[in-house]
Parts: sequence; C-alpha cells; structure tokens
Amino acid sequence: MTTPSVLARVQDLTVRFRTPRGEACAVNGVDFEVGAGEVLGLIGESGCGKSGTLRALMRLLPAARTQIGGRIEVDGQDVLGMQGPTLERYRGGTTAMIFQDPALALDPVYTIGQQIGEAVQRHQGCSRAEARDRAFQLLDQVKVPSPAARLNNYPHEMSGGMRQRAMIALALSCSPKLVLADEPTTALDATVQIQVLLIIRELQQRLGMSAIFVTHDLGVAAEVCDRIAVMYAGRIVETGRTEDVLLHPQHPYTQALLASTIHGSLRGTRIEGIRGAPPDLTRLPQGCAFRDRCSRARSECGGDVPVLQPVQGGHAVACYAAR
Amino acid sequence: MASANDYMVDVAGLRKQFHVRPERWGAKPRVVHAVSDISFKLRPGVTMGIVGESGCGKSTVARLLMGLVEADGGDVRLAGQRLGYEPAQLKAVRRKVQMVFQDSFASLNPRMTVEASLMFGPVVHGMPRAEARRNAHDLLARVGLEPARFAGRYPHEVSGGQRQRVNIARALALRPEVVIFDEAVSALDKSVEIQVLNLLQDLKAEFGLTYLFISHDLNVVQYISDQVLVMYLGKIVEIGPVQAVYEHPAHPYTRALLASMPSMDPRRRTVAPPIVGDPPSPIDPPSGCRFRTRCPHAAVPCAEAEPMLVRTHTQTHADGSHQAACHMLNAAPGSWQPLVPTPPVHTRTTPGAMA
Repeated sequence: MTTPSVLARVQDLTVRFRTPRGEACAVNGVDFEVGAGEVLGLIGESGCGKSGTLRALMRLLPAARTQIGGRIEVDGQDVLGMQGPTLERYRGGTTAMIFQDPALALDPVYTIGQQIGEAVQRHQGCSRAEARDRAFQLLDQVKVPSPAARLNNYPHEMSGGMRQRAMIALALSCSPKLVLADEPTTALDATVQIQVLLIIRELQQRLGMSAIFVTHDLGVAAEVCDRIAVMYAGRIVETGRTEDVLLHPQHPYTQALLASTIHGSLRGTRIEGIRGAPPDLTRLPQGCAFRDRCSRARSECGGDVPVLQPVQGGHAVACYAAR
Repeated sequence: MASANDYMVDVAGLRKQFHVRPERWGAKPRVVHAVSDISFKLRPGVTMGIVGESGCGKSTVARLLMGLVEADGGDVRLAGQRLGYEPAQLKAVRRKVQMVFQDSFASLNPRMTVEASLMFGPVVHGMPRAEARRNAHDLLARVGLEPARFAGRYPHEVSGGQRQRVNIARALALRPEVVIFDEAVSALDKSVEIQVLNLLQDLKAEFGLTYLFISHDLNVVQYISDQVLVMYLGKIVEIGPVQAVYEHPAHPYTRALLASMPSMDPRRRTVAPPIVGDPPSPIDPPSGCRFRTRCPHAAVPCAEAEPMLVRTHTQTHADGSHQAACHMLNAAPGSWQPLVPTPPVHTRTTPGAMA
C-alpha cells in the first residue's frame, strides 16, 4: 500500500553480477523510499553499490549477466516486471537519467536539437516543429546561452559544462517524475559544477520532481539533497535528513568518511583516515562488512548483519556499536 | 640577497603555444596559448600547489618542467641546473625531477611487474641490477606495500590506491629532488586519498623533497601546500603563501574559485553561482586581462592592457610574496566605468530564509 506522497519505493533490492572471478554481490538488500518532490542522495565510495542501485531503477543492467531481486515500484508501477512498450514509456518518460560523462552519453553524430527533439517526438507523439520548439525551451531553461544556435551544435562543439546542461535538458524533455543523477558534476570544474548543481536544484524544486542523486562528494550532497543514504558494500548503513547525517553521523563508517574528507581548516593537522580497503564483493565477510576496518567492532558484529534501527525522526543506523 | 642557487625550482618567462589544425583548408591556423609568460621560484622543501580550471595550462607547466614538451621561450632551472633538450641534458634532469600522473594504470607498463617498473629507471641510469632490486623492495616497503606480496604482481593485479603507491615509489627510485604530482590523488576514493596524502607528507620529510602539486581540488591543495599558484588561461593570476591566498584572495577569479567550493553544511547552501559561464577557449584568449569576460568588476582598462603581478595589501605578508594580476587591485571603487553591469551580490543564507 503506497501512500500518495511516496513516488518510488525500493524493497530488499539485490543485484548480483556474474564475473570471471565469481558472483559479485553489488547490492545486498537495499530498502528506501523517495517522496514526491524529494531529493535522496546515495553516498559512498567506488564499489559500494550506489550506481548498481541506480541502474536497477532505470532497468539498464544487462539481463544476461545480472540477477536482480526484490521489488522496485515507481509511481505505482512495478518496474522489475515491465516489458516492451511499458518499459519504453517508463525509461525517459516516468524516470530519466543524467549520466556522469555527457560526452559518452550523447550521440556524437546527431545535433543536440535532434537528440532532444527525437525524445520528445517518441514520447509525446508531436510534430517535428513542436519538438524543436520544446528543445529550444528546454535549453533555455537550463541556461544555455543563445539556445537557438546551440540546437544545431554537435556534442563535440560544446564545452563540458554546456554538454552537461544539454544532457539535463534531454533528461527533462519528457517531464519525468523521477530523475536519476549518477555523479552528474564529478567531471566538471568547480566553478561550472556549482552552476550545474544550482540549475538541477532550481528545476527540481520548480517542476516538483523527485530525484536520486548518486555522489561520492559530501559537499555536493550537502548542496542538493533533502535526505541521504550512506552505502557500504551494497547495503545502506545510515540514512536520515541531510543535516542529521552530515552533522550528527552515527555509523562509524559515516563518521570516518566525514573525518577523511579534507577541508581547509585541517591544514597542519594529520587526518588518520580509514585503514584498510573495502571488502571484495565476490567474497563478502559474514556479519557487518565494515567490521575489519571499524575501531568499534565487537564480537556480535561477526554474527548477523546489523539492520537499520531508528535513532530519531527518520534517522536510522545499521550498527551494533552505535546503539 | 638570495643567490640563484638558493632556489630548487626557478622558472622565468616560460611560454608554450600549441598549433591546432585549421578548421578548414586555407583558414588561419589556430594557436592554443597554453602557457604565457609564467615565472615563479621555489625554495627547497616547499610544496607549491597549482590550481585552475581545465585548460588553464597547469598540466602543460608540469610537462615543461619535466622536459616532456619543449618550451617556446623562457628559462627553467632545477637545483641550479638549466633545463636543456639534448638527450644527455634531459637524462641528467630526470634524476632531479620525477612526476606522478593522474591515471595510475596508464602510467605503468602493463607487461612489467611492479618490481621491474621500479628497477627500470635506476638500471637505465647505471645502477647494478641486484642493487636496483634491493632499492625497489626498500621503496615498496616505504610506500606501505609489502615487497614479498607486491613485487611480482602486474599493474592490473593491484587496486587503484596501491597502484598510485607504486607510481610514487617509482618516482622516488632515482632519488629526485623535485616531484611533480599532476592530479595524482584525484581519481582515488576519499578514504584512500587521505592515506596517500599522508604518505606524501612523510616521504617529503624523510627525503627532503620539493613538491609541485597540481590539482583541481582546492581543499586538497590547501591541505598539502605551503605556496599556491592560481592559473587562468595560461597566466598566473595570483600567487602567494597558501594561508594568505585562501584567507585574503585578491584576484576576483581566486575569490570566485574559492566561493565555488560546496559548503559541506546543508544549512549554508550556495544561493547563486560566484561566476557564470564556462572558461573560454585558450585559442584566441581575450585581449588585456584574460579573465575580463567573466569578471564582475571588469572595466574599460581591463580590455586594453594585460595586468602585471603586483603585491597585494594584505597585512599578513608585507614581504610582497603574495601577488595578484588585476587592474582593480589598487583602484578606488567606482573610479572606472564597468564593462558590464555588476551582477547581484552573492551570499549564503539559511534554507529557512530561502523558503
């Protein structure tokens, strides 16, 4: 039973990849909800399962090499059971994705106007002229200077920041209800990154869209996310409002991640960081996956995997030592 | 007065242009002004951070110092020795300067074991193989990789953080005096990045190294550097002690760059971008001050003359080591006609005030 304010609900999602070295457990039982008009941040380091979760939501994972379990519901529809035209309408229509590298995600042999226009025509069945008008409006909306001229540009004729703006325009072209953003500003310079972040935040608020924002940069998450879920080895270890998680972290991993994020005031001090490395996803240890690197590990951490327990007001943490 | 030999790195008037294929046959050839008249000096044991956006020429500076590309003009002296481009001169310079690149995988030979990569340089420079092998094992231990486990592995058999440690060990194998890091920690996860930065600090103290640290991450540069050099379209716009530049940025570009860092605090979100637009192309840069097309304070003189580096008025560094290149630095407010209308003032507010 879905309450009207919840747009997307992920229940016990598991993603396993077949690799030459055995089965890699990329996502191991992830649960979360995204409310209408809400921005959820998925935070973590490489290999923590944040991109795997996002690709499962978009149904982009190759069926031959992946095994997906659990349930994903977006706007009242069962995503994992979708086939044929329903799936086509879902991808780009209900849910759209902004990729990290627009140079790879955009087609190099079509102009920006053609690519946005094609998406609009396919999803909304309008004429080519109407689609072009819509593409113009969209480029204007993402603050591309002289949008009329840019419609005729090929991706290689644009700068990185401009390409990412065009990518956002393309994602928004069919008025999606849920936007999935996979490290959308990581490849950009600092001065351009903040401009793109502000555009995403402004449009998300103005159009009332929900968004899932995957990033490894806690500063970026602080700028745009309403809620944050911290992932480690395919599980959510801490979730809550952005203020609660970033300012009062409870899980030892979140605390260590924040402590090893360098900022200016730390000059001259020595940060100890997190010892060791994340576990091998083909051979996950029993119990809490972080326990080998954790300074507060105890005997029960090697038993059952800790589950998310509420701390207060929606802030929850999966750790025996944090209680 | 300090003599020329007091400086480990002494760069004067360094210039480099790249010629790009014309857009169509018969069109005017295009020139990328990658590095235009860069001068700076570095004392032994100092870490200099170089920051700037993509295309500002920071990597070209590193390549010029290494002699990987030939300069069009200017002079580079490393530990008192002038950089020349004859093979013998280059070989001599490589003993003094080494470099660590961003892509840890691409910069190692995939068909050489870690040990072979670390031995290669010293053997080329005449070290006996047995000694080179001992040296390689010592270095592996020093960068935190157990020699028995890692010496025989190939680059694809170690993780990204470990590979970057191998690259650092290889850079130190010839006992250089200067090490250049070109975005060496940018590709690493945060928890690995801090481990590698700590290692760099320790190695610097142990071997008495001078570092040039190129990064687009302003936080990392502030953390590790003593001096910082801010580049924009091939020019130095500001240079000085790291504390002075970060606390009292004098150039509008430095201020915008610092204000562009995400706040890390959800209660103090950025409300408006400090500067708009992308960095212009280094092909045909703007006349006069190269930043004027994005500068909120640009006035008529900015288009006419190139600003020179002059000392700033911050009280903390009266020795003139903090310098910036901006016409407006010493101008009275409102004394010049602005080129473009001044945009609204950008501030940070609480989310409550925004709603």
